[in-house]
Amino acid sequence: MTWIINIASIALILAGLVFFFGAVVGMLRFPDVYTRMHAAGKGDTLSGLLVVSGFALYHLGQVDWGHFVWADLLVVIKLLAICAFIMLTSPAATHALMDAGYEDGIEPLLGEDGDALNRHRNEGRHAPQPSGRKP
Amino acid sequence: MNGFFIGAGLALLVMMIPLFYRMNAGPTALDRIVALNMIGTKTAVLLVFVGTIFPGDQIGMFVDFALAYGLLNFMGSLAAARYFHRSRAAAGEVDVESEAEEPKP
Repeated sequence: MTWIINIASIALILAGLVFFFGAVVGMLRFPDVYTRMHAAGKGDTLSGLLVVSGFALYHLGQVDWGHFVWADLLVVIKLLAICAFIMLTSPAATHALMDAGYEDGIEPLLGEDGDALNRHRNEGRHAPQPSGRKP
Repeated sequence: MNGFFIGAGLALLVMMIPLFYRMNAGPTALDRIVALNMIGTKTAVLLVFVGTIFPGDQIGMFVDFALAYGLLNFMGSLAAARYFHRSRAAAGEVDVESEAEEPKP
């Protein structure tokens, strides 16, 4: 029974490594600050989530149910808490950094649609504000 | 099982090296901070690896380390974001120290 849990946790950890590899490649090769942050925010979150949940599954398989002590199960609970924590904080940090960069005046690479975020932020104002962009 | 954990941890460690390149050569300050944030998150994950392969069943201690490290990493990122918000220092075009010496009009 333990080997099924071990194989499942190995699969989760390997999937996490694959997503982290994707995040690193995106971090190296994307052309823009915002696209690099996109790769970092998504790939980093998902890979951390998968690896830590794989470890939670592995340590759940290591719990000796015959001689049960709460400390063994507490490790699993803490690993799941790290999972929830990564899922909450990593996108929040990426969003805060991206908003700081946009308000700071870093120019994004724009397609034919133009700067949609600037239009959205200046919507409803009578005179379009510069909103911290470079003059 | 320990061999797999050592191999996977080493793979994670090797994949962190290109992030050091981005942290060193990133055109803007936000590139450096995001790369540092990724390295910090993966260090917290790597602490779980180390605690699992550590002899003597010390995983409870290392999980606490990982949780605290992730928390400090998040606080650092938020502090950097607050600093760069409208400060014009993130684009790498303004030298922060020389601007601080200029007298204000």
